[in-house]
Amino acid sequence: MSTGSNLEKVLKSGAFAVTSECGPPRGADPEVVKKKGAFLKGYIDAVNVTDNQTSVARMSSLAGSLILKNMGFDPVMQMVCRDRNRIAIQSDILGAASLGVNNLLCLSGDHQSFGDHPGAKNVFDIDSMQLIQTVKRMRDEGKFISGDEVKGRPNIFIGCAENPFGDPFEIRAMRLAKKAAAGAEFVQTQCVFNVDKFEKWMEMVRDLGVHEKMYILAGITPYKSIGMANYMKKSVPGMDVPDEHIERLRSVPKEKVAEEGIAICLEIIERVKNIKGVAGIHIMAIEWEEKVAEIVKAAGLFPRPEI
Amino acid sequence: MIVANRKPFEEIIEMLKPYSKILLLGCNECVTVCATGGAKEVSVLASEIRLFRQKEGQPVEIKELTLERNCDTEYVESLKPAINDYEVAISMACGCGIQFVGEHYRDKLVLPAVDTTFYGVAEEQGVWTERCQGCGACVLDKTLGICPVTRCAKSIFNGPCGGSQGGKCEVNKETPCAWQLIVDRYKEMNMLEKYLEIQPMKNWSTSRDGGPRKRVREDLKL
Repeated sequence: MSTGSNLEKVLKSGAFAVTSECGPPRGADPEVVKKKGAFLKGYIDAVNVTDNQTSVARMSSLAGSLILKNMGFDPVMQMVCRDRNRIAIQSDILGAASLGVNNLLCLSGDHQSFGDHPGAKNVFDIDSMQLIQTVKRMRDEGKFISGDEVKGRPNIFIGCAENPFGDPFEIRAMRLAKKAAAGAEFVQTQCVFNVDKFEKWMEMVRDLGVHEKMYILAGITPYKSIGMANYMKKSVPGMDVPDEHIERLRSVPKEKVAEEGIAICLEIIERVKNIKGVAGIHIMAIEWEEKVAEIVKAAGLFPRPEI
Repeated sequence: MIVANRKPFEEIIEMLKPYSKILLLGCNECVTVCATGGAKEVSVLASEIRLFRQKEGQPVEIKELTLERNCDTEYVESLKPAINDYEVAISMACGCGIQFVGEHYRDKLVLPAVDTTFYGVAEEQGVWTERCQGCGACVLDKTLGICPVTRCAKSIFNGPCGGSQGGKCEVNKETPCAWQLIVDRYKEMNMLEKYLEIQPMKNWSTSRDGGPRKRVREDLKL
């Protein structure tokens, strides 16, 4: 069965998919979302809308998704298990589907201690694996977790995330296999900087045949500055930033750092494009949405397919 | 054991401000073992309060009393002759003990001198760590002896999350990642294929989510 998802259509057509993301603002102004969206329009197949990322309270991912949908985007609504119990989760899935959101990215969510409300109580009633199962069951079996009938099934393309750079490395491909078995149809990975390690992970993914069960989109993030690269290396758990990248950024004059960051990003895209089993890229240009078009064009991924 | 920490002295002093005749309670069980509220700690706190109040020109009379247990009616009732002579009781027992004494002596306030924290173990001398949350439906058979509910900051059943790095939890670099420990244990026992099983959603109704819990053994009732 096909959903109304453009991302699903592009992936099923065999085209190399490009997604990006838009973080909703810390306020109620829809213009902020529209402005970010305008940078991406025409250059991507679907746009992720983050769900209170880094545990900072923001406009909801559902509202952001709807604003972007109204601009003609195919939104991928992100949903974390940190802030909702199974009742709210199922309710939001139905709400999103009723408003024409066709893609859902199932995540556990950053721990609340990272954000601006460290005193918050977390939920984690179910985990990301069980969230995938929940969406699949609602969609394919028309059943709530309780077993009761869903009247009007949510027709949603099911996504997940995985971090090839998290530990223990040896189970990271197995964990993706579990997510595929749970019902995930696509995955967007954590930012790939260490391509050698990503290649090794993809080899393990292929050994398990997971690349034939789901679409794999490699996470891509351009370095905006040396400070940002250092921050990701040292302070973001589960990130693998090679020293050689930081050295490269340091080796160029200050005004050329951003350009070098884009150059590294394009080299990474070129390498991941040629890895067997990689079906697309997910560009996370953090607070740098205006660069996405340039990256997509320079990577030879423009124009996007019209399906 | 139930592990507790003594509250900051200023907080204790503030709570006791209106009173000059104080019963200071300790417990011989868990809080003694975790060196927080046994007879020794009761005596130290009593001395600190006396000295402070003396200096402030508001001396107090403190009776120190450490019960065998604060969670059993039999022992709690033994307080009867003593408690009436004092204006207030402050307890270094765990949260269960503090409440239970209060329930038995309704004309007295029983104040907490400790913050009760977790069910844990003494990993080494002076170090206690959490092991159990009393969720009411144990899964230690499935996770080979490591509790994901308690030891994973997100209580996830199909971990590890993306934040596990170098064996540590994303929340605190001092805390081992529960799922790293579980995976290590699967390997140790040659059971890594078990990792591929998707763990089902937990029914939290046996946990505190189902409301305060009660256990009745008819055969033991008098």
